[in-house]
Amino acid sequence: MEVLLVSLLNGLVYGMLLFMLASGLTLIFSMMGVLNFAHASVYMLGAYFAYDVSRHVGFWPALVLAPVLCGAIGALIEMYGLRRVHKNGHIAELLFTFGLAFIIDKGVQMAWGLLPVAYRVPAVLDRPLFTIYGTNFHAYRGFMLLISALMFCAIWLMLTRTRLGLVIQAALTHPEMVGALGHNVPASSPRCSRADRPSPASPASSGNYLVTEPSMAFTMGPIVFVVVVFGGLGSLAGCFIASLIMGFVQTFAVVFDVSLANVLALVGIKVTEASPFGEVLTIPLPRIGALLPYVMLVLILLFKPRGLMGTRDT
Amino acid sequence: MSSRLMWSAVAFALTLGLTSGVDLARAQGTIKIAYTDPLSGPFAQVGDQNLQQFKYIIDWINGRGGALGRKFELVAFDNKSQPSDALLALKSATDQNMPIIMQCSGSNIAAALIEAVDKHNERNPDNRIVYVNCGAVATELTNEKCSYWHFRMDAHVGMKAETMVRALPKDVTKVYLLNQDYLFGQSVQRDVKAFITKLRPDVKVVGDELIPLGKVKDFSPYTTKIKASGAQALLTGNWGPDMTLLIKAGMDSGLDVRYYTMYAHLGGGATAIGPGGNGKVRSVMPFHENIAVETGKTDTEGWTKQFRTTHNFDFYAAGFRTIFEFIQAAMNKAKSSDPAKFAQALEGLTITDMLGHQVTMRKDDHQILSEYFVGVFTKGVKYDSEGTGLGWKTEVTVPAKDLDQPNTCKMKRPA
Repeated sequence: MEVLLVSLLNGLVYGMLLFMLASGLTLIFSMMGVLNFAHASVYMLGAYFAYDVSRHVGFWPALVLAPVLCGAIGALIEMYGLRRVHKNGHIAELLFTFGLAFIIDKGVQMAWGLLPVAYRVPAVLDRPLFTIYGTNFHAYRGFMLLISALMFCAIWLMLTRTRLGLVIQAALTHPEMVGALGHNVPASSPRCSRADRPSPASPASSGNYLVTEPSMAFTMGPIVFVVVVFGGLGSLAGCFIASLIMGFVQTFAVVFDVSLANVLALVGIKVTEASPFGEVLTIPLPRIGALLPYVMLVLILLFKPRGLMGTRDT
Repeated sequence: MSSRLMWSAVAFALTLGLTSGVDLARAQGTIKIAYTDPLSGPFAQVGDQNLQQFKYIIDWINGRGGALGRKFELVAFDNKSQPSDALLALKSATDQNMPIIMQCSGSNIAAALIEAVDKHNERNPDNRIVYVNCGAVATELTNEKCSYWHFRMDAHVGMKAETMVRALPKDVTKVYLLNQDYLFGQSVQRDVKAFITKLRPDVKVVGDELIPLGKVKDFSPYTTKIKASGAQALLTGNWGPDMTLLIKAGMDSGLDVRYYTMYAHLGGGATAIGPGGNGKVRSVMPFHENIAVETGKTDTEGWTKQFRTTHNFDFYAAGFRTIFEFIQAAMNKAKSSDPAKFAQALEGLTITDMLGHQVTMRKDDHQILSEYFVGVFTKGVKYDSEGTGLGWKTEVTVPAKDLDQPNTCKMKRPA
């Protein structure tokens, strides 16, 4: 019971962390159709900015300043890079951001070195918030939960309540009609990508939950894409739900020590390591937990190509 | 010197060189040593730190005459943690007649290298190469997979596991194992369990976990599971992000266990543990800077201190210096940088390392026998790690003779 409860909390925190990362990608990838492979790299850049700025002005100002810096870089990439390649189609965009990701990763390695940097949490947040069955719930994780929740609200409000959000949503499905109504469609998409600036707040706040190091983009990049595609393109709610599902799946996969052999045993088939496919069938779930999101990605693309709540095709 | 005189000197030197045939390329210039490890990708920090320490050591040993009156030169090849890239590095090294290839991270890569070096040396008896293993520690490599051309210069998993199990205090009776799911991690898992059965039958393994290598981002589910298991100690061979993230998650959730690791003393470990980990984390290690202080080796202390002033991390690779002292001694003894000759000289060689201990390259299986330590990460030491204010303090010192474990190697020596 206590494991279940603590795992639920763990899953929630991890899911919300994924959402924090994926929300930015949802806006640019699933709302605007820009395949941005450099997303995780910019996220990493944000974490390093936050670390550097926090050393000079303290943690809280850095939490505001780092996203601004990161946003400025995002805007530059958009204005001088993406806007040019956008007209050449998705493949050009994909390749452009793919290359950019490598450049940023290498740049970070050269600027900050290969070692993890000591990005520490302020004392207020560096303590247990509450204790549940003897396990500390770190105050910082609570803080992260709060930030993600705020981000979800902010993005949702922007998309549904502001003029810009409505234009973007309309332009997704009926670009010609929106253009005919007098809105400047090409101009509104870059504006949107600059409006997606709540998302760099995530590296600032997650950089010290995870360890700030040059491989963080590499480890977080793929999973964020999985979340967005699984949730369905063009759907913020889908992205949110997918994040939580991935968080829970990965958390519970670790906790449940079962294998396919255990499942087969329930229906009366006994499998040992010696039987045919025994090696595969007896692999316990925790060992393949980290692969489950990708399995789910493959399955959903096969059986429900639009994702959970997608409004358009991949 | 007039130019004519110089030219005749060169001509004379050339004639001398030609008489010794293939040795020509090797007899001149620096002694080139190929080094391959991940220098990009998720484990790049490991390779990069090794490289910086190797450079520091090579400068030092070249200052003391190198070997055969020639200087050592390190040529680095990025293998991106891929065996196939390591084999490409081997190809480049043999194409350039380098006498030695070194590799430290990844037992799967080491296994591939051993096989390839064996094949190469068999087919090219006039251009052989020695594989110096500076840290791939799966026990198999000097047992079932042992090779004459492979010299392992780090304690293997069996030795580290025994040290770890011996260091468990009497009141610890429940342990949790967590390791990476590949050759090395499985080796740790198997050996630790074997030594627990043999040395500490009272200890119960309450959890035994393998995680995918470099894939887990959030270790809190694991800390929950470890807590629920009631374990008093966590035994892990994890390295790189798999180690730092695990310890960080454990610290944040207030998991109250003793951590026994094999690599927490490497770069990034101290930062991940943080000040909150005072007295909780132990590492099975060949060296830490405070050993020199504890044993009063002031020259060694000064030498590592100088590294500290010019680099942004701590010196941990005492074993690397031993490697070069071994190579230097073997080449000088054989009076040659020809692999066939100095490999023979290296077998069974004993030298004194920088801490004053006798270190032997065991002849049977080419496994180094050196002293080993268990350090605890704590306050109040002379040299702290990565600016945390905490550093390593020796808790247990294991002499080399206690680690002289039997081996199953049936070595095929060249005729």
